[in-house]
Amino acid sequence: MSHGFWSLVFGRVDVESLDFLKAFFHPGLNDIILSGAAWVVIFGAAVAAALLTRFRLWGPMWSKWLISVDHKRIGVMYIVLALIMLVRGALEGVVMRAQQSDGLHGGFLSADHFAQLFSTHGTIMIFFMAMPFLTGLINIVVPLQIGARDVSFPMLNSLSLGLTVSGAMLVMISLVIGDFSTGGWSAYPPYTEPNFQPGVGPDYWIWAVTLAGLGSTLTGINFVVTIFRERAPGMSFLRMPIFTWNALCTSLLLVFAMPPLTVAALMLAADRYLGFHFFTNALGGNMMNYANLFWQFGHPEVYILVLPSFGIYGEVISTYSGKRLYGYVTLVIATMAIGFLSFGVWLHHFFTMGQDADVNAIFGIATMVIGIPTGVKVYDWMATMFRGRIRFSVPMVYALAFMVLFVLGGLTGILLANPPVDFQVHNTLFLVAHFHNMLIPGTLFGLFAGYTYWFPKVFGFRLNDRWGYIAAFNWIVGFVLSFMPLYVVGLMGMTRRAVSYTNPAFEPWLHVAGVGAIFITAALVSMCVQLYVSIRDRELTRDIGGDPWDARTLEWATPSPVPAYNFPVIPHIHALDAFAVAKGAGLGYQEPVSYSDIHLPGDTYIGVITAVFGTALGVGLVWYMWWLAWLAFAVIAVSLIARAVLGDRHPVTIPAAEIKRKYRAWLEVVRATAPVTRALEWDYRNHGVAAAEYTKEAAE
Amino acid sequence: MNIVVRPHGLTWVAGHDHDHDRVATTLSGFWLFMMSDLIIFGLMFATYVTMLTPESFAGGPTPKELFELPGAAMETAALLTSTFTFGMASLAIKYDRRLSKVMLWLLVTLALGVVFLALEAREFTYMLAEGAVPQRSGFLSAFFGLVPLHGAHVTAGVIWLVMMLIQLNRTGLTGPASSRIARLALFWHFLDLIWVGIFSVVYLGGIA
Repeated sequence: MSHGFWSLVFGRVDVESLDFLKAFFHPGLNDIILSGAAWVVIFGAAVAAALLTRFRLWGPMWSKWLISVDHKRIGVMYIVLALIMLVRGALEGVVMRAQQSDGLHGGFLSADHFAQLFSTHGTIMIFFMAMPFLTGLINIVVPLQIGARDVSFPMLNSLSLGLTVSGAMLVMISLVIGDFSTGGWSAYPPYTEPNFQPGVGPDYWIWAVTLAGLGSTLTGINFVVTIFRERAPGMSFLRMPIFTWNALCTSLLLVFAMPPLTVAALMLAADRYLGFHFFTNALGGNMMNYANLFWQFGHPEVYILVLPSFGIYGEVISTYSGKRLYGYVTLVIATMAIGFLSFGVWLHHFFTMGQDADVNAIFGIATMVIGIPTGVKVYDWMATMFRGRIRFSVPMVYALAFMVLFVLGGLTGILLANPPVDFQVHNTLFLVAHFHNMLIPGTLFGLFAGYTYWFPKVFGFRLNDRWGYIAAFNWIVGFVLSFMPLYVVGLMGMTRRAVSYTNPAFEPWLHVAGVGAIFITAALVSMCVQLYVSIRDRELTRDIGGDPWDARTLEWATPSPVPAYNFPVIPHIHALDAFAVAKGAGLGYQEPVSYSDIHLPGDTYIGVITAVFGTALGVGLVWYMWWLAWLAFAVIAVSLIARAVLGDRHPVTIPAAEIKRKYRAWLEVVRATAPVTRALEWDYRNHGVAAAEYTKEAAE
Repeated sequence: MNIVVRPHGLTWVAGHDHDHDRVATTLSGFWLFMMSDLIIFGLMFATYVTMLTPESFAGGPTPKELFELPGAAMETAALLTSTFTFGMASLAIKYDRRLSKVMLWLLVTLALGVVFLALEAREFTYMLAEGAVPQRSGFLSAFFGLVPLHGAHVTAGVIWLVMMLIQLNRTGLTGPASSRIARLALFWHFLDLIWVGIFSVVYLGGIA
């Protein structure tokens, strides 16, 4: 085969770029780890395919999940993606901790491999773990909390998922074929320009982030419109649950903060593919434009990550304290204030990159101002717990750990907001400790709390609490041990992203951090065990009544698992915490006077087509297989136009009689189920019907 | 005695499966999309303006040497007129409702859009032939990032117009068709607005 033909078909792929063969060419620990990871991906995919075949699940997976536009199923698919990526991202973190524990004068990884690890770790954790996880929870919960049938644009929702999946697929493929970028998750040029990184690495980053970013923008549009227009009658803005408020703010941030990322990434692509000079050193490029563009996305992004968790903590703390949320209106104002301020502080990510001292001072002050609404939130959560009958459930444990640790991280953030301090510790592990301190207790613990809290709503059975506590314990201890030492070595002057070091004083601290990584690994294992045990014991923890926590908002007023149409008829809302008020009046489970037919959108292939051909588009662009890129682009474009022309060809109508029969049957079961008090919340006797204990005062 | 019965929390009221205004919902989604798109253009403008420095000209051609008013004025005339003719189509939908009239105005709009694109393509070809290629300098990169992005949007609008005309020809002025034309109109006027920015910042600003 001639070389010309090969490169026409396969672009710049060659044998050297196949990671799973590297261990055979250069046997050594570094390359064994590299190839091992590639083999894990290959075997993982093969095992998943074998299991699906063995249990004949391809059909159900296709018809019930992949082509579904049901917001709950799309949400679950987002979270499955997030959990898979979490395993990879967390294990990469563990490998990095191991390397630095061993890194005095060396270690076992090459510098290039270590750089790929921190780049993929950051990219995955932000774009393919946290974002899909929170998008999944928003998808599942928001339409239920506002009493809607579905989101405003169900097909678009499936399309967004497809785009996110294709981005994640690219990052996974980079583990098997070729290298990933070594430029960190922020991919600063000029280092990511072709004269420093001529390979495929930054191209993987560019297309993964662009595809996923596009998906997130569309998700943002979808949920802003959903929350504005699909609320049940009577649900005014100030009757919206606090999670929905946070989801609204997050969605607005997605609409306005994702475009800068798309612009920055595509300009970088123009530099790399077409020889433009947006950010190059030569011929008038200006990399400061990249820094500004990237952080105009990057700073709102941290609030995109943390606000949904703030919302979850609000719901969790209120529910498990048996009280309504203290200072609901101030929480709403604080949320929107944070969203607004988040656009005005981006420059604090590069205080040291040459601005005037006055400019730095302004952005430093603006940064500190964000601490005020955040502080309001913390006080409101504490006041909610005050004199409540607190149950230390798993989500509540996460919430309490969050409050303590997050305040600590916030204080180090106030330190960093001070430009003179920032000049001392920027680019050190102090900063790494700070943002992990914000994102692990802030975002990740919140997502785990939400996962535990809403799991029974989605699947109809509770998660095992014992393994939940074990996982939470391991996460909390693992986090503290892994990241508190990094503050210390950061202050001692250890730079971030360092594969090795020569100062022996760092070593004991990094050993402690290494021990923390072991706890985090144990936490991951505990979560897997928890899932297994919960599925095994599902008959014992059935959530029949749909309200296992004596909760307050609308999603608990409908059966678990939630039927495709969410509610038998659209509820009319007369109060904040409407379900709690109704339960307090003894009217939690009413029968509608009459029913009417329900119309639901039909399934669509668009999500699958986008996922498959979006991935193909990315692969084609990364590897210069231009035919593949054009083909994939054409398929996606034609499918979207065809969908626009043909419309929804298979809308579903569910007859009123069927809804009536099902809903009545459910009400019968609920009446026959013994209500449990909160003392028995985690007992096998809890079948999701709550005894009236704390809701009385809500009715008054 | 008057007893006021206050409903508690929530009530399940039948038949109120509010099949509300789909047209308005879709339109709000489209507004948000355009706001998002506006951010993209805003950032391209910002980048362009930061690249108007001698460092970013990098010894290459400057705006003064590159841009000529007549070409840009003709492009502007084509696009502004097309926005007027689209307005006539919208009015025809609202008051006249004669399909032939609506289609005629849309066809004129389409033709003007194509004229705009042809003029723009001619300008780019001319620039490229002169050696004013995006690879020459940071300033030219920013120019070719901003102006052709607008051109790509107009191309998308033209394709959409063609699809729209086919749909109108097949189905007539149905509800879905006029709702889609309303969004296309929004898009088209939006592009016109962006062009006013480009004309002022890039061309007038460059020549001044």
